[in-house]
Amino acid sequence: METLERILAQHQFFKDLSPEYLTLVTGCASNVRFEQDQYIFRVGDEANQFYLIREGRIALQLFSPDRGQITVETLGEGDILGWSWLIPPYFYVFDAKILDVTRAIALDGKCLRRKCEEDHTFGYELLKRFSSLLEHRLETTRLQLLDLYGVRS
Amino acid sequence: MIPCPFVIKRVRWETEDTFTVELTPREGRSKFDFLPGQFNMIYLYGVGEVPISICGDPSDSVLVHTTRAVGTVTKAMAKLGRGDSVGIRGPFGTSWPVAEARGKDVVFVAGGIGLPPLRPALYEILAHRENYGKVVLLYGTRTPSDIVFKDELEQWRARFDLEVFITVDRATEGWRGNVGVVTTLIHKAGFDAHNTIAMIVGPEVMMRFTTIEFLKRGVSPDSIYLSMERNMKCGIGLCGHCQFGPLFICKDGPVFRYPQLKDLLVKWEI
Repeated sequence: METLERILAQHQFFKDLSPEYLTLVTGCASNVRFEQDQYIFRVGDEANQFYLIREGRIALQLFSPDRGQITVETLGEGDILGWSWLIPPYFYVFDAKILDVTRAIALDGKCLRRKCEEDHTFGYELLKRFSSLLEHRLETTRLQLLDLYGVRS
Repeated sequence: MIPCPFVIKRVRWETEDTFTVELTPREGRSKFDFLPGQFNMIYLYGVGEVPISICGDPSDSVLVHTTRAVGTVTKAMAKLGRGDSVGIRGPFGTSWPVAEARGKDVVFVAGGIGLPPLRPALYEILAHRENYGKVVLLYGTRTPSDIVFKDELEQWRARFDLEVFITVDRATEGWRGNVGVVTTLIHKAGFDAHNTIAMIVGPEVMMRFTTIEFLKRGVSPDSIYLSMERNMKCGIGLCGHCQFGPLFICKDGPVFRYPQLKDLLVKWEI
């Protein structure tokens, strides 16, 4: 049976993280499972966790009165869900709905925030990784906004 | 070159503004031979001529073109029906590296109306499936209603020897598929980066970012192919309308290896 530490060590997001810090992260990790159509979190919920998706698909959604519930992005195997735990005031800004049964590793953001404050080198390691993730999300979001496939008027 | 008359056998609307015509020659040859990736100049008598990629099965006797009704000629073409005639000049241009891809994984990446030009290569590879490694189709469109070849995509998805991933930039309410740009699908393809051929068609910005993702994953630049589009008039490298730096899209393309385009794609004016 694979241990949590081994799964985290093999994930691209935690690549090159020192064994000491990996153990620290593992201490804040747990296996979770979500059923189809379940919401992991909703807009306005306190953001105290982020997730490493091992299997399944999740829709990040926003509700608009004239358009209903709209999916802005889907995440799947290998993706990281949630970065609001890092940024004050620590509230989720989207709904996260399960499209297909999902298994993930939940990481305790409150616990990790405290450890980042205690050990700034660890904090820097996490921020480096999340910066890269956010950069990638911003790039893909900008491409979506370009409406590349639309017909020029 | 004089256009040869072809008769419309069938017209099928894929989306609100995109349609497919199936053509047979009025007389003479029984089969229109072409290589996947090539295009024809389609002439509407009294209206004008437009370059459109050939998107049918190379082994089929019916000539197939899919286009969006967006300009004068294609809007006029959209009004034609069974029995009407068009003129065909072609086939022109370079082709997808179907033979070079033997023994390798193949990843097709199509954006928007980019799926039709890739379809003949996919047909060719599926017809000789045992000669290729993993075959993956990544397809991105604007919205769910812009997906073309829906029936065929469902058939392809049902195959065990082909993986198909579809995504949209903007979802409508009730859409349970993927949402996000097509580059976000690349990490799902699971290909062997050192033994892969990538074939990409779509808006240039999309092709640039898709290429960057493949390069990041270790795919060799020489293994990445793009199909370019420019305003083509003669189709035979004489008029200069499609000139792209030192290249003519109609003659040196439309299919190019990435190194040929690397420095040109990022230039604002050539």
